[in-house]
Amino acid sequence: MENRPLEYDYTVAKLFMYNTIFVGIVGMLVGVILAWQMAFPGVNTFLGVNLAEYTNFGRLRPLHTDSVIYGFVLSGVWSSWYYIGQRVLKVSMAESKFLMFVGKAHFWIYMAASIVIVISLLFGITSSKEYSEFEWPLDAGIVIIWVLWGISIFGLIGIRREKSLYISIWYFIATFLAVAMLHIFNNAEVPTWLIAPGVGSWYHSVSMYAGTNDALVQWWFGHNAVAFVLTTPIIAMIYYFLPKESGQAVYSYKLSLLAFWGLMFVYLWAGGHHLLFSTVPDWMQTMGSVFSVVLILPSWGSAINMLLTMKGEWQQVAASPLIKFMIMASTFYMFSTLEGPIQAIKSVNALAHFTDWIVGHVHDGALGWVGFMVIAAMFHMAPRIFKREIYSKSLMGTQFWIQTLGVILYFTSMWIAGITQGMMWRAHDEFGNLAYSFIDTVAVLHPYFTIRAVGGTLYLVGMFMFAYNMYKTMTSSRVVEESELQNATPMGA
Amino acid sequence: MFHWLEKNPFFFAVAVFVVIAFAGLVEILPNFAQASRPIVGAKPYSTLELTGRLVYIKNSCNACHSQLIRPFKSETDRYGHYSTSGEYAYDRPFLWGSKRTGPDLMRVGNYRTTDWHENHMRNPAEVVPGSIMPAYTWMFTNVADVDTAYAEQLTIQKLFGVPYNAELPMADGSKATVALADTLDGARASALEEAKLIAADMKDQGVKDAVAAGQVPEIVALIAYLNRLK
Repeated sequence: MENRPLEYDYTVAKLFMYNTIFVGIVGMLVGVILAWQMAFPGVNTFLGVNLAEYTNFGRLRPLHTDSVIYGFVLSGVWSSWYYIGQRVLKVSMAESKFLMFVGKAHFWIYMAASIVIVISLLFGITSSKEYSEFEWPLDAGIVIIWVLWGISIFGLIGIRREKSLYISIWYFIATFLAVAMLHIFNNAEVPTWLIAPGVGSWYHSVSMYAGTNDALVQWWFGHNAVAFVLTTPIIAMIYYFLPKESGQAVYSYKLSLLAFWGLMFVYLWAGGHHLLFSTVPDWMQTMGSVFSVVLILPSWGSAINMLLTMKGEWQQVAASPLIKFMIMASTFYMFSTLEGPIQAIKSVNALAHFTDWIVGHVHDGALGWVGFMVIAAMFHMAPRIFKREIYSKSLMGTQFWIQTLGVILYFTSMWIAGITQGMMWRAHDEFGNLAYSFIDTVAVLHPYFTIRAVGGTLYLVGMFMFAYNMYKTMTSSRVVEESELQNATPMGA
Repeated sequence: MFHWLEKNPFFFAVAVFVVIAFAGLVEILPNFAQASRPIVGAKPYSTLELTGRLVYIKNSCNACHSQLIRPFKSETDRYGHYSTSGEYAYDRPFLWGSKRTGPDLMRVGNYRTTDWHENHMRNPAEVVPGSIMPAYTWMFTNVADVDTAYAEQLTIQKLFGVPYNAELPMADGSKATVALADTLDGARASALEEAKLIAADMKDQGVKDAVAAGQVPEIVALIAYLNRLK
């Protein structure tokens, strides 16, 4: 009995995994619709003129951003947490009825909130704050979901057998704390029914902050939501899954230490780069700009640590599409965290801000780094959770190349679009008058919007391949023994 | 020290929190100490304007239009005077946006009319050939939510001291007052009075009929808001 390996319980990890795949497809489908709307505005009425209120760009845009960030990515993160947490802490969810209950409550309350969020956004119930559009009842619900996750983290840590916390756990803890802080401060709002009960919508609220202060808090939130939803938990995942999958030890403990504490300290300062040349005090803008450049160091620290973990084992990258996903994710992370600081330099930002270059930057990070890592995590976990091999290695490989092509089309077209538009906005003729009317700078973007829509569509096609591969893996793939699951994930042809 | 922290989750969490909270304390708090002060000429929104602002938010106009003019010649040439902090003192939430798929709207009231907006919102590509903006036809029939705007006015007046019914200095030396009704019925009536002025400049018979019947279509409120942006 003593030497029997722990039986980990993946009930909750499974639930979140299903949702990752489902919302991944839905959220990206909405994104693809938005992309085609920008290329061909007729798509705004694709369900007819009568439903255009619910299918136009403005209504769908928050639905896209929130569903991919908080639906696809967070589900992927939580699926990974309920898998990794048990393994690195050497304790099973089955050992605690309480933690199992908390985990399930976490999932189901999250699902209920997700449904309400989709409906409310479709009906235009929004606070307008980017990536934080939800009105106060939902903000309160999010607090409950977050607290449940916190109980799960610290509960599992409380009953752990492995005393030392693995790197992934550091990042999960940081994610939990930072998002809690950001969410509460950014959503400080007063429901209007407190002051005027019975007048107007009961769910309406007013921000505690006005004007410039509101912008400051919002972009402190907005930037760091990217940091602590789209970066730190993804680093937690790659620090576990890449060494596991490749059978290689993490290259450097010291580098991981430096990268972690560096990232914690530096990231929060950089939000000001969203507000360059705005009415925010100049010194704050400069701080935001400078810290953004410093941010390259801790970001690259993690990414290089991952790439060097593969030292001497690069043949695995050629051989395994799963390792390819992770290495490409890490590469896109480096790329994106170099591009971001460049855009945060004041003179570059003067050109890039308000253009599609920013949208391109977000997506090379989101699709290339976050999306690929979430996909890789699912592929790594599925055989271990369902005790079956991956249904098709070649399908996974095809998905990898199609999606990589999609990301490349996306960011290259948006680079060109953004820089073109930025240059045209500022162009003056020989008399000092503006050279182009605004609509000139829109019309010129049509080919790039079309290329972007094709790129996004390719990525979505890859998501369907992913869903099919996962479905077959869960249901009808070859059953494998525990001994086959040590390192490299078993895959069928 | 790090090895010790890694074995003591509580202190680890405390350390992380201190490190991440630090930046907010230094960067964000100072601006709050000198809370957003209104510039001379800034006025709170009237009931109808605020109703229109809610329509603007409901349709995420801020996803494609900024309200922030940066201090560059190319921007001041195109949109007017660059933005100053005090102009936003009554903006809850701020609507600067982060993307200009369409042009900035910070001072759109200076160079567009009710008539222009009516035509444009119904069919943008007809007014601006090549425009990729969707048509907002439903705004001509949907009834705007005046009540919620009034609830918001009461809230900001009471909690944040927004100066309704008070004389405010204008840039030309004159004084202006933005009225806030005592009762919900009074607020509805004043919004309707404002709406009538807008509807008088519009062509759409359905909108005119609705206003005559005592309703405020979303398009009317939105135009009131857009005209106010100066």
